[in-house]
Order: sequence, then structure tokens, then C-alpha cells
Amino acid sequence: MPKKRVAIVGTGQTYHKSHRPDVNGQELINEAVRRALADADLTIRDIDAVVIGNMDHFEGINYVDCWSVDGSGGIMKPVIKLTTGGTTGSTLAIGGYHLVASGFFEKVLVIGWEKNSESDTTGAITTAFDPVWDRLVFAGAISGLAAEAQAYMAKYGATERDAARVSVRDRKHACNNPHAQLRREVTIEEVLASPMLADPIHLLDVCPRTDGACAVIMASEDCAGKICSIPDWIWATANRHKYTYLGDVNWGELDSIAEASKEIYAKTGIREPGKEIDVIEIYQPYSFAGIIWIEDLGIVERGKGAEYIWSGATDMGGELPINPSGGVIACNPIGATGLIRCAEAALQVMGKAEARQVPDVNFAISTGFGGCMWTDMLLHGKRKPDF
Amino acid sequence: MDSAAIIGVGITKIEANKVRETFADMVWEAVNKALSDAKMTIDDIDNVITTSNDFWDGRTISCMAVSDASGARHKNVSCVEGDGTFGAFYGLSRVFSGSYGTTLVTAHSKGSESVSSLITNAAFDPIYDRVLGMDMISASALQARAYMHRTGATPEQLAMVSVKNHGNAKYNPLSQLPMDITVEDVLASEMISDPLHKLDCSPVSDGCCAVIIANEKRASQYGGAPVWIKGVSFCSDSYFLGDREISKTASLTKAAKKAFSMAGILDPAAEIDVAEVYDAFTYQELMWLEAMGLSQDGKAGMNLEKGVYGLKGKLPVNPSGGLLSGHPVIAGGLIRIAEIVKQLRGEAAGYQVEGAKRGIAHGVNGLCGQSHCVWILDREK
Repeated sequence: MPKKRVAIVGTGQTYHKSHRPDVNGQELINEAVRRALADADLTIRDIDAVVIGNMDHFEGINYVDCWSVDGSGGIMKPVIKLTTGGTTGSTLAIGGYHLVASGFFEKVLVIGWEKNSESDTTGAITTAFDPVWDRLVFAGAISGLAAEAQAYMAKYGATERDAARVSVRDRKHACNNPHAQLRREVTIEEVLASPMLADPIHLLDVCPRTDGACAVIMASEDCAGKICSIPDWIWATANRHKYTYLGDVNWGELDSIAEASKEIYAKTGIREPGKEIDVIEIYQPYSFAGIIWIEDLGIVERGKGAEYIWSGATDMGGELPINPSGGVIACNPIGATGLIRCAEAALQVMGKAEARQVPDVNFAISTGFGGCMWTDMLLHGKRKPDF
Repeated sequence: MDSAAIIGVGITKIEANKVRETFADMVWEAVNKALSDAKMTIDDIDNVITTSNDFWDGRTISCMAVSDASGARHKNVSCVEGDGTFGAFYGLSRVFSGSYGTTLVTAHSKGSESVSSLITNAAFDPIYDRVLGMDMISASALQARAYMHRTGATPEQLAMVSVKNHGNAKYNPLSQLPMDITVEDVLASEMISDPLHKLDCSPVSDGCCAVIIANEKRASQYGGAPVWIKGVSFCSDSYFLGDREISKTASLTKAAKKAFSMAGILDPAAEIDVAEVYDAFTYQELMWLEAMGLSQDGKAGMNLEKGVYGLKGKLPVNPSGGLLSGHPVIAGGLIRIAEIVKQLRGEAAGYQVEGAKRGIAHGVNGLCGQSHCVWILDREK
């Protein structure tokens, strides 16, 4: 049992765009922070600690936790930086949870941000891998994703058309989200006709690069109910960063999300996730993952992912809507992306998701993906956890 | 504060260039030392926090290089970027949150593979400061000068810090630079950035430290010797040097006050038996002691002259030799924690502070001590 139960009481996102030359990094961060504080009706004086993260090599700024205090409001407060690559945003959310659950701090401001326009994203990501064994043959994030998709297609016979259906879903959902960068519906034919980036991944299968920041305020049970009428309670967190070397990965299945979700279901007594979870904000950087990872999450049986997607079950109005926000395919400020999933799940639980609201959300899942096929995960609930 | 303890520590030898070892090799060594120190196996570790920095490691997602070696494969794991004391704070939070009974914390760095001036230049504002060529040493020289101007601390007093710490290092087999030197040697060493001579500066180092934190229940379960965590706090000051009074360290004062109050300490200078502070440069040891309230403001240099901070003094500071005798960035603060643990267990051999019951460890993040983390440890629960 945690020392203090923890809830999200406010969220803020910037105007996410491919290029935000109108703001510098601190100003971008500040935009999200002010919106989160306004959402929770708090001021920076109410905040006890700040957790912040991004991917250093994208902006080329060392010690971002120190540099960002003018934007984050962390001056003369405890400020800590967490960074785990693509999972950074969700890692930050889990960090905020522990800092509050521990009783160290009552109200914590969690900030994820990225100005991808200032980066050579692929160049930077390539340096994540071992300089001797992996780096020379690895071309940024997309090559690993293509390897996963190929392995899955070889095993289960899914097609590019199946994947395109996922892209169609997320891009349609994005039209309901004022924060999404790419808000345009596409057809399956348009996805398949878009340029091939890394076989079998087409341009419209994959996430963009985005400038953006997200801030989330977490509060302990002692004050959460006073700050907002329907807090988003964090029921459990889990993660797996299983691999260091690409050659160790079990391609075609996402072991990390399978292990992390099993841990969360066991902790919280969830037996039939497909029925008990009401909405999922999954860090799905490309369309094929929308088929593969719902199998690893235990939503559908292995090999049945595509069928489930085609049934419309994961569309808005379906039995388990996935990515009502439009997801990562529509918007991807990398250090913020995982935290945006968390914030969007929180909005769903709090009933504040407006045009993208799924009715009657009792449980929501948010995830982060990154590193060497790694996963972070949080379970959000409307009810205060009874453990 | 709830009860939690440090139940195992492991430090690699600190060396100028571990040319035969990768990050993972260093982490593997430190983790296994800590596990054996705690009389545990990796299966007894509930979760892992690694501490690293992408710039110093020359790798994006630098934690990825050590997730295997830290035994994190089937465990919950996270990464703090910053000094190891901050990594340990997060590790402790994950114990107090009730999620995990034990946390393994690692911190590593290989200065030998880094270009310090470029890496620390990248910590300056890209628009206003970076083009001036500022780096950690030039910024610290400004701070040293400001501190000396305000307090009257002399170059000789700064040099005495170096003499003391390199001398202490002679008794620490893990230390990189044990040296018999004099104040004259320090003042005659090459001027790096006025007023900092070469022997006022810590060296470039490779090394890793691992620490195991446990909740009250698990702390006594494995047969090791727990050292109890009594107070811990961190705090960040403003970013731009011009926005701070850099001859003082308001954020350290605030963090230390909080940590002392958690530990129920009213008179730090009298109640602390041993201190390991982040002496990246000689003047910093004096400045940090004053900011933490372990010395009256402006008096640390005089206390040092009187021998107060020597191995046999009233308040031995950096008996291990400190960072001046070996400075693997990122691991620097975690090593300070591990050294205090050794002192409180009475296992520091040649540099043991007699009767040490309560100690303070300190880590720094950012330029000129923008952000500090303070740990109060105690032999008794």
C-alpha cells in the first residue's frame, strides 16, 4: 500500500506544431506549466517539487533540469530530471507518482518537453545503441520498428493494409483533439500510396516530429479532492526496459508491454483487460504497433490484432476506444509524448476530454514506448484505489 | 520521516582511464560489490535506478548502456540524469512509496571518453553565454573569485583543501590521486583559470558506484550492516549566474536546513561527525561547508587552518580524499554517500574517523552549484 494515494489534478499542453520558432525551450515549457496550473487552479507557489525530462541530444542542452527553471518555475524548489529516451514522458509520470506516494511532496509538477525542430532526430537516436555492435547497422528508431513489423507479418500474416487501418483510425481521432499536430483524415489507399520509408512502413504509418510540452500536476490524497472534483487516481505503475542490445529483442512481440501489463493487472485484480479497461492511450509510434501490442496487452489473442482493429472496436464509439487523442501518429514531441498519453488518459477519467471524450470511463491505461523496445505503463481510475 | 537504510555499497577503483572497461563493465563491478556487501543476490533487488548523463556518455538514452549490467531486465527500472545523490533520492522515494522493498541505485561516468570543456559549455544558455566559451572551470573561477572577495578566503586556504584531501587519499585504496603535496606545490601548479590552479581542480576520472536502499523491514533481513537515512533534501537555485549571488549558495542552505530538520539536528557543526562534500574545486569545499551551516559564514578557511577539517579534527571533511582525488562526474555524489556509509560502519580503515556516528553526504547538479542534494546518515535507527 502506498504511503499516500496519488491523483492527477491538472494537465496542460502547448500548441503542438512541427516548428515553434516563436518560443525558446523555456518559453515552450512555461506555456504547458501555466496551462496545467490554470487547469488545477493553483499557482507555482503551491508546487512542492518539479520533475522534468526530455532527450538531451535533440536540443543540445546539458543539465536541462537546471537550465529550464525560468520556464518550469523550479527556482528554490527541488527539481529532478528523469530521462529514458522515448519512454521519458511516461517515466516522468511514474516519477511524479513515487515522489508524491512516498510522502516527500504533496503537489508535484511533472513536465515533459521537446523541440524536435532543433534536432537531427535519427542522428541522435542512433547514438543510443552500442558503438561497437549495434550503432553501425542501426538507422534510428524506424529501422527497429520495421524489423518488428516484418517479424510479426512473417509470423501472423498481417498486411500493410491492416496497419493502414490503424493509421486511418488515429488520424481520424486526431481531428477531435485541438492539441494534435496533424488533424487530417486519410484513407487506406492514401496510407499505402505514401512514400515507403523502411519496408513495410509508409510515411503515413509513422509519427511526425513535433515541438511541444506537456505538464501534469499530481497531488496526494490529502489535497487532491480539494483541488478538483473528479481527480484521476493512479492505481498502479509498472515498466520494463528489458534490452540493451538489439540482437536480444524478441522481434514480433513486445515482451516489455506484456510483462508490465501483467504486473499491473495482478496488482489491481484486473482479469479481463479487454472488458475492464474503458480507454487506452497507447504510445504507438507507428501503425503496425496498433495491431501487435494490443495482443501483448492481453486485449486480444495472439494473431487476432488485425481482426479486432477491423471490427471497429478500437474506434470512437467502439467497445474499447484506443487513442481518442489521435495518439503519437498525430503528434510526437518525444520527451513529452509519453506524458501526453498520461494527460489524455487523465482527461478521459476526469471527464474533461471534450470532443474526444469516451463515455463513462472508470479505468484507463496510458503507456510509453522507447529505448530498446521498452515499455512504461500506468493504470488510471475514477475511483480512489482501495489498496 | 519513515525509516529506511543503506544496506550495501560498491565503488570501483577510481582511475584516470579505464581503457579496458565499458560503462556496463564498471556498473557490473560496482553492483556485484554492493550486492556482496549487503549479502544479497540480484533476486533480492525489487527495482533499479541508474544515474547517467547523455552528454558525458556520448550516448542518447545513456541508461540503455547499463540496464543489462544493473540486473534490471525483469524489474521496474528508471533513470535519473544528474548527480548520483539525486538518483538515490528517487530510489528512496520508490521505497517510501510502498512500491518496492529494496532499490539498487547506480551512477557511472567515464571522463576519459569525454571532453569536459565542450560538455559543460553545453550547459550554458545557447544564445547568450555559450559563445563566450564558458565552461565549468571558467564559471567556477568566477565563483571562486566572488567567494574570496566576499569572505576574504585566501589562495593559501584554498590550497590547504587540496593538500588535506590528496593527503587523505593516501589511505583510500580506491582513490585516483593520493599525493603528498604542500601549499607551495598547489600555488606553483599551472594556473588553469584565475584563481584556480591545476591542483585546485579535481581530475578527469572513470568510475562507478552502486548503493542499495531498503525499507525498515528489509534492512535487517540479509545480515549486512544497515546505515540509516535520517534526512534528505534537494533544491535548485536560479539558472543564470547573474541571477544568483554566486558567492553564496542559497539552494544548498535551504536543502541542508530541511535535511537537518528531518534528522532533528539543531546544531549541525556540533552534531555531525563526518562530512563528504562535493569538492570539485578547492574553494567549493569551504563554500559548501558554510552554506550547510557546518561552519560560520566566511570562517571555513580559518577553521581549516586550525585543523578542524582534518582526519583527526573536530569535523573531518572528505576523509576519503574527496573529488579532488578522483572525480567521476555523476557518480561523484553517490560515492560521497557510500563513503559516509563506510565511515559509520567503521570500515574506512586507514581514513576511518574515530567514533563517527552521524555523517552528511552532498551532491551537486549544474553550474556553480545551482542544485544540491543533502543526505544525513546515522549509525543508529
